[in-house]
Amino acid sequence: MSNVNLTINGQKVSVPAGITIQEAAEQIGAFIPTFCFDKDLTAPGACRICVVEVAGMRNLPASCVTAVAEGMVVQTESPVVVEARKMILELLVANHPLDCMTCEKGGNCRLQDYAYRYGVTGGAFVGEKHEYLPDSTNPYVYRDLNKCILCGKCVATCNAVSERGVINFAFRGFNTRIATFMDADLKDSECVYCNRCVAVCPVGALVDKNMMGKGRIWDLEQKQVTCTFCESGCNFNVNYRDGKVVGVTAANAAAGRPLCLKGRLGINFMQNPDCIEKPLLKKDGEFVAVTWEEALGIAPILEKLKVINK
Amino acid sequence: MNSLAEKRKTYQDQLAAKAKKTVIVVGLGTCGIAAGGEKIWSAIKGEINNKKLDIEMVYSGCVGMCYKEPIIEVHKPGMPRVIYGDVNPENALQILQDHAVNGKVVNDLAVAQDPKEGAAKLPDVPVLNELPFYKKQVKTAIAKCGVINPDSIEEYIAFGGYEALEKVLTGMSQVEVIDEVKKSGLRGRGGGGFSTGLKWEFANKAQGDKKYVVCNADEGDPGAFMDRSVLEGDPHAVLEGMAICGYSIGADEGYIYCRAEYPLAIKRLETAIARGEEAGLLGKNILGTGFNFKLKIKAGAGAFVCGEETALINSIEGKRGMPRVRPPFPAQSGLWAKPTNNNNVETYANIPNIIRQGSSWFASMGTEKSKGSKVFALTGKVNRTGLAEVPVGITIREIIFEIAGGIQDNKKFKAVQIGGPSGGCIPEEHLDTPVDYDSLIALGAMMGSGGLVVMDETTCMVDVARFFLNFTKNESCGKCTPCREGTKRMLEILETICAGKGKPEDITTLERLSTVIKSTALCGLGQTAPNPVLATLKYFRSEYEDHIFNKKCPAGVCNALLEYKIDAEKCKGCGSCKKVCPVEAISGEKKQPHEIDTSKCIKCGSCIEKCKLDAIIRG
Repeated sequence: MSNVNLTINGQKVSVPAGITIQEAAEQIGAFIPTFCFDKDLTAPGACRICVVEVAGMRNLPASCVTAVAEGMVVQTESPVVVEARKMILELLVANHPLDCMTCEKGGNCRLQDYAYRYGVTGGAFVGEKHEYLPDSTNPYVYRDLNKCILCGKCVATCNAVSERGVINFAFRGFNTRIATFMDADLKDSECVYCNRCVAVCPVGALVDKNMMGKGRIWDLEQKQVTCTFCESGCNFNVNYRDGKVVGVTAANAAAGRPLCLKGRLGINFMQNPDCIEKPLLKKDGEFVAVTWEEALGIAPILEKLKVINK
Repeated sequence: MNSLAEKRKTYQDQLAAKAKKTVIVVGLGTCGIAAGGEKIWSAIKGEINNKKLDIEMVYSGCVGMCYKEPIIEVHKPGMPRVIYGDVNPENALQILQDHAVNGKVVNDLAVAQDPKEGAAKLPDVPVLNELPFYKKQVKTAIAKCGVINPDSIEEYIAFGGYEALEKVLTGMSQVEVIDEVKKSGLRGRGGGGFSTGLKWEFANKAQGDKKYVVCNADEGDPGAFMDRSVLEGDPHAVLEGMAICGYSIGADEGYIYCRAEYPLAIKRLETAIARGEEAGLLGKNILGTGFNFKLKIKAGAGAFVCGEETALINSIEGKRGMPRVRPPFPAQSGLWAKPTNNNNVETYANIPNIIRQGSSWFASMGTEKSKGSKVFALTGKVNRTGLAEVPVGITIREIIFEIAGGIQDNKKFKAVQIGGPSGGCIPEEHLDTPVDYDSLIALGAMMGSGGLVVMDETTCMVDVARFFLNFTKNESCGKCTPCREGTKRMLEILETICAGKGKPEDITTLERLSTVIKSTALCGLGQTAPNPVLATLKYFRSEYEDHIFNKKCPAGVCNALLEYKIDAEKCKGCGSCKKVCPVEAISGEKKQPHEIDTSKCIKCGSCIEKCKLDAIIRG
């Protein structure tokens, strides 16, 4: 495909036609915040935090859904853009519980990051705030809709699995919220707790219950592995704290199958104090620890293989 | 193919035969029904049956004079057609007896006469086209509303209906049709004002094996009922317009998205589609030309945002009515990702006339950039509410003071809201502005779909802004942040101002919010939501300042800022206010000036209504 030439923040760039302003800006390292955009998942153009200024355009377009065009002159952080982003953040924060000190997502939250970047403190508007009861009725997902910014990523990822589609937008305007069928708690819904939604939530609205209180993002070390519980081969992160596995979280929910409960709860086997490390064989009426070769009765075969190998 | 012409001849003959009989027409649009039209229908019908009178009864849609509903018309051979207004079941029988039977016009109730050849003009009844309400109107798009029976395809055909479709199918290429529409200068009558011909051209040029025609009948602006009247009064005009569009863009299927709150419109559309298919004017192989066009109705579930074309398309697809990002525009990827043309009811209703009478006829009306005529719904504090079709470019003053007859009760005009919740108000000093798309936008309002809400001096403009923001806040779909959260905060600020708790910085905050919402919201609903606030701030800023700094509502509307007092000099101590006060806040000896205990007063206003001496002051 041919290239188009445009100017971003005064810098001339040549990028492939058809890509978005946001992708073009990324190429030159210009920062653009995003909430609802996920490269592999969805681009609803809903949160409007990624707006930029384009010379000649009447409004500020959302850069994640606006294609580049020849001769475009883009400003990613002009005063108008900053004012708009600040206002959008003020609006989100005005309807958000400011409990960042105890929030599980503290340090790993886009709303927090952008509020910090744009100096938004949450004092601009005094008015109604949502007072939903957090849904803690199931053992796997802690769901606090008061923190939800309605980016819609959870809906997109849930609907990406054909037999799911457990959640969607419900109600209108200020009262819009993400709901299950008949607005039931997750435990009474079709949810199988694959936690794809948790993996994409940019704020603290959806939290993996098994990870709660286990540490902040900077306390944890993550190692991405492929699950071997079944043939699907989901990717997930094993979270270590002080060298010990504290939880398993879905790594990339966008592609492939979701990470099921089996994969995520596997660590319970790992940390079971009753877990036997070696196989036991009954000898003379009593269990004795033996090698796997002996337990499986393959010791003679192995011996022969060794001979052949030589 | 002369079967349509033959049919027309037959139907015209039938109508001519009917004209030799006495016919009573009852206006049974929603406005007529709401005013009691059905009771009048039964009363007259009962009497006709009882007395076995040789009088035929038919119904029609809205003729536009909503202020005179219930309306009936009497056609008596040898006499002009006479329109009666403010009819009730009792005087309807008088009209039946005196006029329909005995040929004596009931002058007290007669609104107008429509003279015809061979009938002597009535001396004491004004002529329809000379009525101040009618004089400056041009009836084209709604010419047949209230004139024909909306459920009769025969009458529609007799009045030239489907002639345009026949002309297009038998003698014009797709491009010729589009060129004709382009040349007419017709712009979308739903609000945006985009060139209809250009829109059709995009849909025509879009590649696709399947295309759709969509009619937006989700009219939801407070105070707007143009599209409802067209659908209820002349549904075939819309169907014909859509079929012509279908031919020109290469679509064989269309949807009418009509709000479920318009049950009568839906019913009449259903009938019209069925009759059209029976007559071979819709459906398969139309007029034997091989052109197929199937129409379906989709009833909306009551969300205002579904009037936004991409939300409307989502809704037809069975999805939640939330707008999509544009581009791609529906012309490229619309309904089920197929090229789709979407226009509103009035736009389609104009098409048959443009094809039949030619683009130059249409373009001869209007201003340089806005052509043709536009239907407006006149509501609010005017003497004559109703539906008026005027040439584009007429001044707002002419519409309000000539057609609508000025302000009720001799009060002073204050402002007119044009364009519903997306538009703005226009004050006295701009009344001479010509009504066209661009002039209205320059004033901070917009043509919108054509709702005119007229306000008088007793209207508080902050309260008006609050009303409209409450509407948009409730109707926001919740998708994008600025609209969902921003309209809520704007409303809250306006509510505090109206409650007398406004802060000095509130005006700046409102302006900041407005600017950001306008420039960043996803769809038209959000981008225009701040308009009522910006327009009232532009023209009535002092009212905001009075509320915030002086804690006064100059119009006397915002209760929290009002205080009721009795003027001791005027009060004669009659005690009528004391009696009517529901909270016993008024005290005083007989024949002595009374007093109001403001700590008890709930500001209900009952005392003011009772006092004959104007001794009670609200302020």
